[in-house]
Amino acid sequence: MLSIVEIDYGTPKATSETIVELEIDGRTVHVPEGTSVMRAAAQAGISIPKLCATEMLEAFGSCRLCLVEIEGRKGYPASCTTPVAAGMKISTQTPKLAEIRRGVIELYISDHPLDCLTCPANGHCELQDMAGVVGLREVRYGYDGANHVYPKTKGGGENPLFVAKDESNPYFSFDPSKCIVCSRCVRACDEVQGTFALTIQGSGFESKVAASQNNAFLDSECVSCGACVQACPTATLSEKSLIDKGQAEHTVTTTCAYCGVGCSFRAEMKGEEIVRMVPNKDGHANHGHSCVKGRFAIGYATHPDRINTPMIRAKISDPWRVVSWDEAFAHVASEFKRLQATYGKHAVGGITSSRCTNEETYLVQKLVRAGFGNNNVDTCARVCHSPTGYGLKTTLGESAGTQDFDSIEQTDVVLVIGANPTDAHPVFGSQMKQRLRAGAKLIVIDPRRIDLVRTPHVHADYHLKLKPGTNVAVLNTLAHVIVTEGLVDEAFVALRCEPEAFAKWRVFVAQDKYSPEAMEAETGVAAALMRGAARLYATGGNGAIYYGLGVTEHAQGSTGVMGIANLAMATGNFGREGVGVNPLRGQNNVQGSCDMGSFPNEFPGYRHVGDDAVRHSFEQAWGVSLLGEPGLRIPNMFEAALDGSFKGLYIEGEDIAQSDPDTQHVTAALSAMECIVVQDLFFNETAKYAHVFLPGSSFLEKDGTFTNAERRISRVRKVMAPKAGYADWEITQKLAQAMGYPMNYGHASQIMDEIARLTPTFHGVSFEKIDRLGSIQWPCNEEHPQGTPVLHVDEFVRGKGRFMLTEYVPTSEKVNAEHPLILTTGRILSQYNGGTQTRRTANVMWYDEDRLEIHPHDAEERGVTDGDWVGIRSRSGDTVLRAMISERMQPGVVYTTFHFPGSGANVITTENSDWATNCPEYKVTAVQVTRVTQPSEWQKRYRAFSDEQQALLDQSVDTLGQA
Amino acid sequence: MNIERLVTMANDIATYFAVEPNHAAAVDGVRDHLTRFWDPVMRRQLKDYFAQGGEGLLPLANEAVDGLSVPPVATV
Ligand code: SF4
Ligand code: SF4
Ligand code: SF4
Ligand code: FES
Repeated sequence: MLSIVEIDYGTPKATSETIVELEIDGRTVHVPEGTSVMRAAAQAGISIPKLCATEMLEAFGSCRLCLVEIEGRKGYPASCTTPVAAGMKISTQTPKLAEIRRGVIELYISDHPLDCLTCPANGHCELQDMAGVVGLREVRYGYDGANHVYPKTKGGGENPLFVAKDESNPYFSFDPSKCIVCSRCVRACDEVQGTFALTIQGSGFESKVAASQNNAFLDSECVSCGACVQACPTATLSEKSLIDKGQAEHTVTTTCAYCGVGCSFRAEMKGEEIVRMVPNKDGHANHGHSCVKGRFAIGYATHPDRINTPMIRAKISDPWRVVSWDEAFAHVASEFKRLQATYGKHAVGGITSSRCTNEETYLVQKLVRAGFGNNNVDTCARVCHSPTGYGLKTTLGESAGTQDFDSIEQTDVVLVIGANPTDAHPVFGSQMKQRLRAGAKLIVIDPRRIDLVRTPHVHADYHLKLKPGTNVAVLNTLAHVIVTEGLVDEAFVALRCEPEAFAKWRVFVAQDKYSPEAMEAETGVAAALMRGAARLYATGGNGAIYYGLGVTEHAQGSTGVMGIANLAMATGNFGREGVGVNPLRGQNNVQGSCDMGSFPNEFPGYRHVGDDAVRHSFEQAWGVSLLGEPGLRIPNMFEAALDGSFKGLYIEGEDIAQSDPDTQHVTAALSAMECIVVQDLFFNETAKYAHVFLPGSSFLEKDGTFTNAERRISRVRKVMAPKAGYADWEITQKLAQAMGYPMNYGHASQIMDEIARLTPTFHGVSFEKIDRLGSIQWPCNEEHPQGTPVLHVDEFVRGKGRFMLTEYVPTSEKVNAEHPLILTTGRILSQYNGGTQTRRTANVMWYDEDRLEIHPHDAEERGVTDGDWVGIRSRSGDTVLRAMISERMQPGVVYTTFHFPGSGANVITTENSDWATNCPEYKVTAVQVTRVTQPSEWQKRYRAFSDEQQALLDQSVDTLGQA
Repeated sequence: MNIERLVTMANDIATYFAVEPNHAAAVDGVRDHLTRFWDPVMRRQLKDYFAQGGEGLLPLANEAVDGLSVPPVATV
């Protein structure tokens, strides 16, 4: 079922500049060339009956309901498949057309149940609407003959055409008895999602829709994106939530709180209850598509595990005491003041999260800088994309991706390195697959055979299956080929880049040691493949690089990012549509949390705290003097906690005990602190070490903005009241007030107004403008009042682009006899990060535990078979997971995800980090894998500790119940 | 803080800048990086360690730490 508020124009929008004039039902209409007659009519407010056409899909022309008459043409052409032509004269309503249409609908209805009154689609069923529109009054054929509606035939035997409901998917049901075989679902799965999970089987009256190989949906290729459910004009494919709750009465447009694609959704509501989430057709990042997480996995927001009252305790071995908000604020303020009085001003700090809105992040850093009086503020981007900020700022002058997603429509060569878009950024992954099916070339640089390498109608032209940890070597080798084979875009470099830096770099990469032949043994990539890939990227037309955590989470993460920028500069791939360097951000607001000044060395807008003019502007606005020296980063905070100088931490929306590397080191640091304040929806891993718990609000309960991977600022809108009473920014504000630092915002929009005043790249941003434009890509200011889709157009933000030398330095994390395998980590589609949210939804039906993927050869050597328990040991620690034998791995490399805390993936990861930003080296850990029969020591301790903490929590919930 | 960690981190930075052909620029690069990104507490600790001999610091890191500016304790 389509959104209840959107208008469906029937066929996709045409983009031609040429305008065509025609006449429809006597009205003169102007539309771009290539528009269908159906759409031209719809734009003029004339709706032509239709069933198989919908705006998200190419016209198909199968239902024959949308016929029209065109002056001078014979017959009755289908308006969905007929493009407009200048001077056409069209009639959409004639007696003949009415007769044909009635006949068409009559046939459909004769094989359709007549239970409209109790049908979940009632009120928004397109078949029902069309029956009304064509004036169907009787069905001459009766229901006694062949049909798909009843399980039994008239004579009482089994009806061979009947197929029972498929309820296997937790979020939607499939009721074939209502199917009109319009194939919108099949085409949505193919064209929009690109999974090709559905087919039409049989032909004529026998034809039916089936998930791949006649499987149940859950067991098929289906990834549960919901595109087919949205496209279905009848109740055949329906959200279970819609079936349960009935039709919504209003909608609120908001932004997904999961990944960095930042899909726009219409929350379809009944009062304060969500009936279903429908991706917004006008959403600039997603154009009406979504993935399973954003559309379906929102149940966590109302999950009974949520904690809705503040709690405090003196020691982590104590039970919790449920307190009032006022008592909680007063307690935190007095504790933090005590710690600062005893251990010094620098003994406390704050951590923000990429899950927070921009306004929340901004307030936390303001509280730390102005209220605590130090710069000890950091964000979880430390552990994911901090090298992106450093690397892109150094080379190009701005810490952000250069393009919008739609830029890929103009791309000829897509280079994906260390990213897995179909799992981690599904909606952009679908858009990328569309572009690849339309003919763009693909280079994948990844140790694993990610799905993109081979998926229906897409295959990579080059897959450079490098050894983990050799990204920089590969990038330098690609650059070597480009430089030594004369493929540099000399004109671009001469015009746009610093000449001395380029000259130095040219000599550097041209060294023999970086030739593909010399590097073959180090990277594991055959020289011929390397040369082919470099030539394709340099000469194949518009080249666009997409990268992810497989680049940043390395000891040379920042070097890798600079290597990527070097490649794109050398080939002239900047400053227009179709090119650029694009970091795919993991969480929804990674970009925003970085923009908002949550790094210890930077004010909002990436300006160093040591810059006097910038600092004075903040001092003036905030009415306090501010420090001009950087504060502690997250890993520094841990070190300082262990040596006794750092004692108090305010953590908003981040679960450092699960997501940071070397868990045992982190928990030791947390245990050494005296006041840990956790503000979250759930009692997460970090909360087990906390002294104060402040219940936060979900994205559905507050106003604010998120900034996605394209620098696109979109609104988050409140659809229900905060369960615990306050939006997160209000909690920070109350905390500041309790500490004696005044904050008095009445609405999140006032916080954005302050951000805009103080940050040059945000000068033109306001809630009012975002509401008006739908979304805005920063920079948005006097120069770019509507925002900026493509960066670095005429010159780089820093002026001239700067080539950086990127020497390859092998990581110190090396395999040896004791630890002969390399472990690398990643994520999968249905789960999200630490899994705090997705584990509390039916998404666990696709993935309910972290597994260790291992190549058959390595498995065999160790006597490991699929499903065996295996111990994984590194120099940091060990844990036990179940094995999954997989050809996607290369021998010598094992892989796991980190969605479940008890798996302890981060018990194994080490303290190694990026040289520039201390972003942890998650992607390379030397390990040994052995068959085992019981959990690791750490897991046993973790279990015991978690049980103990749960018991303490349950006790406090009891006291609440009695109070 | 754990001084070995600080030494490793300083050496990681020096290792990146070691490729710079202009030696003075390399030293500046390391020093500038430490100044812009390290909390003064860490800089001070590393500098004290350097004053005591700086065992384990790479030569380039050593040169950069020598001459590293650290604000006086009172202002931080
Ligand atoms: S939910 Fe998505 S992947 Fe599954 S069948 Fe429908 S369109 Fe295809
Ligand atoms: S399931 Fe829905 S969309 Fe698919 S063919 Fe049947 S009626 Fe059309
Ligand atoms: S998780 Fe990402 S791709 Fe999926 S709906 Fe949300 S923003 Fe879109
Ligand atoms: S809507 Fe045009 S043929 Fe079905």
